[in-house]
Amino acid sequence: MSVVAKEPGYTSEVRDRVENFHGQQLLYIGWDNHLMYSNPLCIPVAPDMPFSMLPTKILPDLYDLHPDMAKVDWKKVEWLRDGKSFTPDMNESVAGNGFGHKSVLRFATPGLNGLDGRCI
Amino acid sequence: MNTVATAVSARAKKLSQRRKYELLTRGLGWDTTYQPMDKAFPFDTFEGIKIHDWDKWEDPFRLTMDAYWKYQGEKERKLYAIIDAFQQNNGQFNVSDARYINTLKLFLTGISMAEYASHHGFALAGRNLRGVSARIACQMQAIDELRHAQTQVHTISQYNKFFNGMHNPAYMHDRVWYLSVPKSYFEDAMTAGPFEYITAISFSFEYVLTNLLFMPFMSGAAFNGDMATVTFGFSAQSDESRHMTLGLEVVKFLLEQDPGNVPIVQKWLDKWFWRGYRLLTLVAMMMDYMLPRRVMSWAEGWEEYFEKNGGALFNDLARYGIRMPKYHDVARKEKTRLSHEAWGIFYNYTHAANFHTWVPEPKEMDWLSQKYPDTFDKLYRPRLEYWREQQKAGKRFYNKTLPLLCQVCQIPMGFTEPDDPTKICYRETEYKGDKYHFCSDGCKDIFNDEPEKYVRSWLPVHQIYQGNCFRPGTDPTAPGFEPLKEVLQYYGFHDGMDNGEFLDSPDRYNWEKWTSKSAVAGDRP
Repeated sequence: MSVVAKEPGYTSEVRDRVENFHGQQLLYIGWDNHLMYSNPLCIPVAPDMPFSMLPTKILPDLYDLHPDMAKVDWKKVEWLRDGKSFTPDMNESVAGNGFGHKSVLRFATPGLNGLDGRCI
Repeated sequence: MNTVATAVSARAKKLSQRRKYELLTRGLGWDTTYQPMDKAFPFDTFEGIKIHDWDKWEDPFRLTMDAYWKYQGEKERKLYAIIDAFQQNNGQFNVSDARYINTLKLFLTGISMAEYASHHGFALAGRNLRGVSARIACQMQAIDELRHAQTQVHTISQYNKFFNGMHNPAYMHDRVWYLSVPKSYFEDAMTAGPFEYITAISFSFEYVLTNLLFMPFMSGAAFNGDMATVTFGFSAQSDESRHMTLGLEVVKFLLEQDPGNVPIVQKWLDKWFWRGYRLLTLVAMMMDYMLPRRVMSWAEGWEEYFEKNGGALFNDLARYGIRMPKYHDVARKEKTRLSHEAWGIFYNYTHAANFHTWVPEPKEMDWLSQKYPDTFDKLYRPRLEYWREQQKAGKRFYNKTLPLLCQVCQIPMGFTEPDDPTKICYRETEYKGDKYHFCSDGCKDIFNDEPEKYVRSWLPVHQIYQGNCFRPGTDPTAPGFEPLKEVLQYYGFHDGMDNGEFLDSPDRYNWEKWTSKSAVAGDRP
């Protein structure tokens, strides 16, 4: 469907196009079954940042207050890119792993499902 | 002098209210002749609504301007007399406890400014509808909404002398992340055509959902000893009942005018039910978490005011071919988790809000267990207890990373799957090569229906990352630049005073010093 507008052919600016982020793109991040962090997060990243920075540095830092984070075995993590399961290439960049502007990276940590396994 | 006016001057002086209303709404109108009516009223046809006979629009209250001024003037005099007495008696210290004040901060920044936006929208709708009675109804409602915003600001300004976070509501409304929720709601309505605006605000909000806004705030205020708020609430309430009646009248008028209007109105009801319901998330958390003395739970309120009363209303509208709004079943499923998810979001981000959050006291948690037997102990109590432990150990939990926001309702995506309260509900769509994210099917459908409109949403998180939420002259590349601190400055917040944990707040400290009462008394959860 398209907008009901007084003037035919109405369009408006795409306010969040990637050019507006000064060379970076947005990456959304969600840790499944961990609702202590009430919602998925949003960070700007350089598209050519090595993907391996995420498990080694960025994710542990974003979720450092969750007691499960210290126990994560990154080799066993299950990754989802835009809702579909995938295996990241740790030698590739974020963009090289198929993450575009405003993509969602989700990860699940089998065996670690929040406080007392309650998805918190 | 036109013929109607001549007839009036020749007749007896005293006119009935009905006659006066007829003269006002029929006798004073005219069709333009120098310019075509379509040019004078260019906005009331593009939405596809067909009106064959504007005279069928009847304001059930038949209010005329002289009567309007008289009633409203009386209300104002009473209100300000009570506010004076409240101020002289230091009424702000008679509320249940200092946590309660945070509901007023939420109200003043979230709702009073929305009243002002509503005024703006009705003034615009009044200008753009060619039917005289509709224009007069919009005009009166525009003035009502302006009055509500003013009386609320005047009432709550007394609290501003003693408590933090309510020093500049209008400024905050245009900038602060969570206030983009009510702000974008009204701007969405205002940038539609006039018929969608009045259907959205007069019917979907005022008629269907307003009880869920005013009832909890006003009875909450009464229950918590806040007589000032109760007073402006009553003063506004008499207007609200007029608005509600008008809302129903509007929808029936549109449905009766042309069968082609029915699917258009249904689409608006679907959209604005969901928009309004999402907006009420703020009310849900207020009812269950922010009132030290609780009136009823969100779930009970939803059952009473939407499932029961709303259900009856839509049964009544079925004869026009109108059905229940889409996703009302999702709202039903969410009712036992909405407030908990919302409070979780604000607990995460209260360092960037102008009001405080806290973990409920043990007896308050027992109340929540009793009201939410299937969800609270299992899903939410352990999280709150963990947060409490951390806070006692000096490690109060704050989420330092900005949230993913829904493109339509603009609330952080903390809502869960309709059938699984442990999984975040992710919905996504792609439009012209860009991805867009939504908290629900309801918000996703609204986007997909008019993507051109929502691609330009001003999402606070993205605006911060684009560098648009710093004060002029700020250099984000300077060494030691702290984005969050700068954003709080841009919001006009006083870091360490307006924001953060209630137990660590100057509000708590001051309350205990000034009143010698506990700031977390809430004697009757």
